[in-house]
Amino acid sequence: MAIETLPESTIPVTRPFRVKLGFLTSTPIIAVATICLALIILMAIFAPLLAPHDPLLLTPAQRLKPASAQYLLGTDAYGRDLLSRIIYGARISLVIGLGSAVFSIVVGLLIGLVAGFFRWVDAVMMRVMDGLMAIPAILLAIAVVSLSGASIWTVMVAITIPEIPRVARLVRSVVLTAREEPYVEAAISLGSSLPKIMWRHLMPNTIAPLIVQGTYVCASAILTEAILSFLGAGISPETPTWGNIMAEGRAFFQVKPSLIFWPGLLLSIAILSINLIGDAARDALDPRMKQREGK
Amino acid sequence: MTNTNSSNVVLDINNLIVGLGRKADAHRIIDDLSLQVCEGETLCLVGESGSGKSVTSLTTMGLLQKGTLVPSGGSVKLVGEELLTATDRRLRQLRATRMAMIFQEPMTALNPVVPVGRQIDEVLRAHTDLDSRARRQKILAMMEHVRLPDVERIFSSYPHRLSGGQRQRIMIAMALVLEPKLLIADEPTTALDVTTQKQILTLIRDLQRDHGTAVLFITHDMGVVAEIADRVAVMRHGRLVEAGPLQDVLRNPKMEYTRNLLSSVPSLVPRPPRPETKEPVVLEANELSKVYRERSLYGKAREVAAASNVTLTLRKGRTLGIVGESGSGKSTVARCIVRLIDPTSGGVRLAGREISDLSRRLLQPHRQKIQIIFQDPYRSLNPRVTVGESIAEGPINYGMPRKDALARARELLELVHLPPDAISRYPHQFSGGQRQRIAIARALALDPDVLVADEAVSALDVSVQAQVLNLLDEIQRRLGIALLFITHDLRVAAQICDDVAVMQRGRVVEQGPAAEVLTNPQQAYTRALLEAAPGRGWDFANFRPVSESALATA
Amino acid sequence: MLGYLIRRILAAVPVMGVVALFVFLLLRLTPGDPAAILAGDNATPEQLDRIRTSLGLNEPIYIQFYTWIAKLLHGDLGVSLISNKPILEMIGPRLEPSISVALATIVLSILVAVPLGVIAAWKHGTWIDRCVMGLSVLGFSVPVFVIGYVLIQVFAIDLRWVPVQGFKSISAGFGPFFERIILPTCTLSFIYVALIARMTRASMLDVLGEDFVRTARAKGIGETGVLLRHALRNAAVPVITVIGSGFALLISGVVVTESVFNLPGIGRLTVDAVLARDYPVIQAMILLTSGIYVAVNLLIDLAYTLLDPRIRY
Repeated sequence: MAIETLPESTIPVTRPFRVKLGFLTSTPIIAVATICLALIILMAIFAPLLAPHDPLLLTPAQRLKPASAQYLLGTDAYGRDLLSRIIYGARISLVIGLGSAVFSIVVGLLIGLVAGFFRWVDAVMMRVMDGLMAIPAILLAIAVVSLSGASIWTVMVAITIPEIPRVARLVRSVVLTAREEPYVEAAISLGSSLPKIMWRHLMPNTIAPLIVQGTYVCASAILTEAILSFLGAGISPETPTWGNIMAEGRAFFQVKPSLIFWPGLLLSIAILSINLIGDAARDALDPRMKQREGK
Repeated sequence: MTNTNSSNVVLDINNLIVGLGRKADAHRIIDDLSLQVCEGETLCLVGESGSGKSVTSLTTMGLLQKGTLVPSGGSVKLVGEELLTATDRRLRQLRATRMAMIFQEPMTALNPVVPVGRQIDEVLRAHTDLDSRARRQKILAMMEHVRLPDVERIFSSYPHRLSGGQRQRIMIAMALVLEPKLLIADEPTTALDVTTQKQILTLIRDLQRDHGTAVLFITHDMGVVAEIADRVAVMRHGRLVEAGPLQDVLRNPKMEYTRNLLSSVPSLVPRPPRPETKEPVVLEANELSKVYRERSLYGKAREVAAASNVTLTLRKGRTLGIVGESGSGKSTVARCIVRLIDPTSGGVRLAGREISDLSRRLLQPHRQKIQIIFQDPYRSLNPRVTVGESIAEGPINYGMPRKDALARARELLELVHLPPDAISRYPHQFSGGQRQRIAIARALALDPDVLVADEAVSALDVSVQAQVLNLLDEIQRRLGIALLFITHDLRVAAQICDDVAVMQRGRVVEQGPAAEVLTNPQQAYTRALLEAAPGRGWDFANFRPVSESALATA
Repeated sequence: MLGYLIRRILAAVPVMGVVALFVFLLLRLTPGDPAAILAGDNATPEQLDRIRTSLGLNEPIYIQFYTWIAKLLHGDLGVSLISNKPILEMIGPRLEPSISVALATIVLSILVAVPLGVIAAWKHGTWIDRCVMGLSVLGFSVPVFVIGYVLIQVFAIDLRWVPVQGFKSISAGFGPFFERIILPTCTLSFIYVALIARMTRASMLDVLGEDFVRTARAKGIGETGVLLRHALRNAAVPVITVIGSGFALLISGVVVTESVFNLPGIGRLTVDAVLARDYPVIQAMILLTSGIYVAVNLLIDLAYTLLDPRIRY
C-alpha cells in the first residue's frame, strides 16, 4: 500500500497558537468593548488636554453645582469640576489595573513554575497560597494599606498580593498537566536539561491562560482599588480616582446622586470591557480553560 | 447461514446522506450509504477511523449532535418505520424498546454517581408500567442473564466498583432488558482486555441467538469480525466499499481497499525465526522491581508492586517483545528501563554499564543510548515546536551545532519516508501515522543502541500500523538497532519480535523465542491469552483460514 | 468517613497557621516602628508606650508570636486599642446583621443561579445562553456599591418600598427585619449569582458532552430526566466548589455592602477599625473571616463525599 502522502505542500507553514488579536473584533459586543476600553485609555493618556478644569482646583463658591455649560457634569462638595476629576481618575484606575496584572503574573508565574516542578517547594508554597487565599481580598488589602500608608504603590501591592495565589495555582496546574505529556517525557529522554524543558516545553503552555488571567486580574484590581477608595482606605482623598469621587459623594447621595452615578458608570464600563475582552481571549486562545472558569 | 429475505429486515438504511452542517453543499460524512440488517443476524460494519461507521449508528439512534451533523437524504427504517422524520417523542419511545445501543467505553458510558441497578431501572420506568418489585425482579433476572455474579450486590454498586467487563455487561443488560429488535454495538470490546473481550463477544452472540435480535456491530478489528459476523460491510470515507457474507468477504474480497485492509492484519502465526546471533548484549534488566507506595496520613501504607523481579536480555539488532494485558506492568518496565521513573530495586545495564543507580546528572551521557517512542502520536510531539526543531533537540543537547543537527533531521526524515520539507512544519499538519514516523526520527537522531516502543502502533489504523511496523523492521536491518517492543497485541508481537516475555500482574510468566512461546505456550496464562485472541482461526493476509494455510505450506 | 473528616480538618490547620503568621508579620514587617504606625503622626510618647505594652512589642519577635498564639488558642482575641474593650465582646452584637445578609445571599443566589446556569447550558448557543452569560459578566463588572446605590435610588427613594438604610433585629419582628435586609441581600447576590451561574453553565456543558449522558438519551428517557438526574448531579461538584471559593468574595462584599446600607455588622466594625488604625481588631477580623472561609470550605469538602461516591473517604 502506498505510503500516506503529505497534505498538499500548498498548506502554508503556520505557527499554531500564536497570539492573534483577531478575537478583539470577533463579535459586535467584543468590538464595542474594545472600542470603549480604547477610548478610556486615550482619555487617561490625554487627560491634561481633555479636562476642562484643574481636577484639584477648589472653588468653594461653586459647591455641588448641577450640570451647566461651565461644569458639564456639575461640581463636587468642594467645588471641583466633576468631569475633570473623572477624566483624571481613569489614569489611576488603569495604572493600577495594568500594574497589578503584570506584577501578579510575574510573581505568580515564578512561584507556579517552581511549585509545578519541585515537589518539596510545591508542598510548602501551596500551603502558603492556600492561607493567602483564605483571607478575603478586600480585608487583606485594607490591612496592608492602613499599615503602610496610602500611596499608589502600596495600593498596588495590596491589591496584587491576594491575586498572586490565583495566578500561581493556574500556572502550577498547567505545568502539572503538561509535564505528564509524552512530549515532555520525550524531551527528558532526549537528555534536555531542566531549564530547557521548562522554557521550551512548559512555559509556552502557560502563555495563553496567563493572558486571559491577566485581563481578569486587571479588571478585579480596578474594582478593588475603587472599593478601597470608597471605604476610605485607598489613595489619599484629594487625588482624583473614581473610588474617591464616589466616596465623597456618599454623604451627598440623596442631594446629588450623579457624584456616584457618573464615576460608577465609567468604572463599570471599564471593568465590563476588560472582562468581555478576557472572555473573548479565553475562547480564542485557550478553549480548554473554559473548565477552569471559576476565576 | 444468512437470510436476506426482505420480510424480516429489521434495519433498512437506504441511500443515507449525512452532511456536516445544514448547507446543501456541506461536506458529506456519510455518502449514499445503503445496508440492511435482518432478524437474528449480525452485520459487522468495518472501517478505519473517519470512515463514518459511528455516525451511521448515531444517526439510526437519532443521537447525532443537533445542528452539526445533519441527515440530508435517504431513509433509515426500523421494522418499516422511518426514523429520520420521526418526532423526538417517537424516537424516545423507540429507544430501548425497539432499538438499543452499547458503547465503546464502559468506563465512561455509565453515570458515575448513580448505582447501576437504578440506571437499568430507569429504562423500565421510562417505558413500562411495572411496579418497583416487578422491575427489580426483572432487572436481577436480566443481570443474571448477562452472567454477572452476585447480582444483589452489584445491583446497588456504583460503576467505579465494577471491572470494565462487568460494566459492559451492565450496559448490555440495560440495552436488552426490553428485548429490542435491533442492538447497535459500537466497538463494545475495543477498550477491554482480550480475555474479557472474548467473554463479551460470546455473550452478545448467545443473547442474539436466544432472542433473535438483529445486531449492527461496529468495529475496526478484523479478528472480532471473524468471531462474530454473519455478514460484513466495509466502509471508507463515508461510503460503502463492499458488503457480503463473512466467508465471501474474507476469502474473496472484491475491492482493492478490502484486500489491502485484510492484508494489513498481522498474522498470529509468528514470522519465521531469524537465526540466533552472537552480537553483544546491549540491554539487560536484572530482577527489576517497581513498588508504588500509597501514603496515607495515618494507618498503614498500601504497597502495589507494578513490576517485580523482571529479568530481560536484549542483543544488538534483535527485537524483544513484552506482551500482557492492561495493568500487567509492561509499560512500568519500559519506563524504568528508560529511567523516566526510578526502579525500586534491581539493575539495568545499558551497553555494559549499570545505569539504574545513576543520579540524573550522571545519567545524562547515557540517555542518548536508549530512546523511547510513545503510544499517542498526538501528544508525543510538542505542538508549538517545528518538526525539525523536535528532531534536532537531542543532538543539540549532546553538543552538535544547530546547523548540523538540522541537516541530520533532514536525513532522518528521509529515512522514515517523509519529505525533507516537513522540517519546517508543525505537528498538527501531519496525520497520526506521519507523526509516529516523526517520533521515530526524533528517537533515531541520537543514534541509540536501544529503541523502546511503548505500544507505539496501538493507536494507529491497521493499514498505517503495517507501514510503521515495516519501517521499524527496515530501520533495524539498516542500523542494527535493538528494539524493546511493548504491546498488548499478540498479532503485532508475532510479526515483529524475535523473543517475547509475557507479563501478568507485574511478573514475567513466560519468556522465550516468539516462535515457541506463541505457538507452543507452556504456561496456562499464555495459552489463555492466545485462545482469547479474536479471529485466531483466520489468516487474513492470505484470505483463508489458518487450517488451510497449514495444509498449503505442509 | 471519620478518617476523611480527620484528614480534612488536619489539612485546614496549616492554612489557618499561615493566616495567623501572615497577620502577625504584617504589622511587624511593615517598614517603620509598628507603634508609631498605629498611633499616627501626632502621638505622644505615652501613647506609643501604651501601644507597645498592649501589643507586647518590646519583647523579642518569637516571644511575641508565642504569647499571641497562646492567647488566641484560648479564645482571647486581644483588646481594642481605641475602646479598650475585649474584641470578642465587640464582635458579638455585630454578628446578626452580617450573618443574616450572608445566609440570605447564599440561599437567594443558589435558587436563582443554578436554574439559570442549567438553562443556559441546555440552550447552549441560543439567545437565552447569551443573555445569561451577559448578565453574569455584568455581575462581575459592576462594583457592589454601585449596584447598592442604584437599588437604593430605585426601591427606597423613588418607589419608597423599603427604608433607605439601617438594620432591625429579627427579634423586633420579621417585617422590619426583612425590609431592611432585602436590598443588601439583592445587592450582594448580584456577584454571587454571576459566579455560580457561570460555573453551573460551564460544568453542565462539560457533563452534557459525557458518554453517560449519551447513554441516558439512548435509553429513551425524557430531556428533564437527562438534565436533572444525570447531568446536574455530576455537574454539582465544581458548582459547590465555586460556592466555597466564592465565599471570600462574599465576605469582601459584606464589608462593602454594610458600609453602603449602614448595617452595624462585622464589616462596618472592620472598616471603622481600619480608619482608626485599631490593628488588634483588624487582626481579629482577618482571622475570624478566614476561619469562617476555611470552615465553609471544610463543609464543602464533606459535601463532596455525598455527591460523588468515587471520592475516597
